[in-house]
Amino acid sequence: MKDFDFIHSTHLDVLQEIGNIGAGHAATSLSALLGRKIEMTIPEAAIIPFDQIPDRMGGSENEIAAIYTPITGDAPGSVYFFSDAIQSNAVIQQLTDPLSESSKQDLAAQYGQSAFLEAGNIVIGSYLSAFADLTGLQVARGVPDLSIDMAGAIISHGLSRLLIQSDVAICIDTHMKIDGEATVRNFGSILLLFDPESFEVLFKALGVEIDE
Amino acid sequence: MNEVVTIGMAELSCSSESALLRTSGLGSCVGVIIYQEGSTHAAMAHIMLPSVTISSNREHKIGKFADVAIPELVRQLRAKGAASYRLKAKIAGGAQMFASAGNEMMRVGERNVIAVKEQLNELKIPLIAEDTGGKNGRTISFDPTTHELTIRTVHLGTKVI
Repeated sequence: MKDFDFIHSTHLDVLQEIGNIGAGHAATSLSALLGRKIEMTIPEAAIIPFDQIPDRMGGSENEIAAIYTPITGDAPGSVYFFSDAIQSNAVIQQLTDPLSESSKQDLAAQYGQSAFLEAGNIVIGSYLSAFADLTGLQVARGVPDLSIDMAGAIISHGLSRLLIQSDVAICIDTHMKIDGEATVRNFGSILLLFDPESFEVLFKALGVEIDE
Repeated sequence: MNEVVTIGMAELSCSSESALLRTSGLGSCVGVIIYQEGSTHAAMAHIMLPSVTISSNREHKIGKFADVAIPELVRQLRAKGAASYRLKAKIAGGAQMFASAGNEMMRVGERNVIAVKEQLNELKIPLIAEDTGGKNGRTISFDPTTHELTIRTVHLGTKVI
């Protein structure tokens, strides 16, 4: 396995731009779903040691609700859509009828969980289809699934394939919030991780030279 | 209040002066504790994958693979004066965080637990207690003076093995 020193800031800039467009699509679809304007941060694309990833999710023990989908096809990897557990209830309340107090439509309820899963599925779907359009790569997504647990435990699932080959990960992350509301951490964040075998395919598709 | 040694992903460490050993956010990973009966010798690893043989020859963190990390725990304990024939083990972790990802590769939690047990068996270290499998993340801490392993989960509360 080659070292990743060949990846320069130009490469990361291109990835960041892709993340920007992908997340833009994702924010638009979440906005349509919630009926609220969604703001997003400029995505950050970085090569980081894997053990720093939980810090980007609020820390290893931070309780989050996360939708995970494996990416298969030309550029294998993983996508996560996640919120802090408390924030995910806010997402769910926007999705469901906030007036029907009796049905307790929060994350603890089955109904709330399927609403959140569906939101995550739509967000991830629009992100990845924008990604596929831009890169011309064939990428498919697997069955999405929900877990409510510690960030460190959740991320270990997506990392396991990547870590066989490397101690670093290419990660692109974006954070979204409802426009006009106070900035909250991890209202809805998207995290993409690529397996090392995807790096060259990815940059080749983007027309970025890899000088080895 | 005891001092705490925190072990990150793919790291391992020995306890010194009976400090608590702690690692957080174990998902498919397995936390392995090896300790010596009747003493405060103890060491913990946060193992992420079964074996280095399926890996490349790049440099890796020493605690990442079961087949590298467990012999290293024993080596470090012995270097501190532990008697290898009196070593015991406790393990926790190896969950499957996402149910739908059911293919062979992604059942890494289960494969991690098997690999850890094989290593312990090979090194003739008795496994005294375990809390493995399921679909919950775990944060664990081990007290080298009482040999109690405390396991905290988000949904199932805290237990001691």
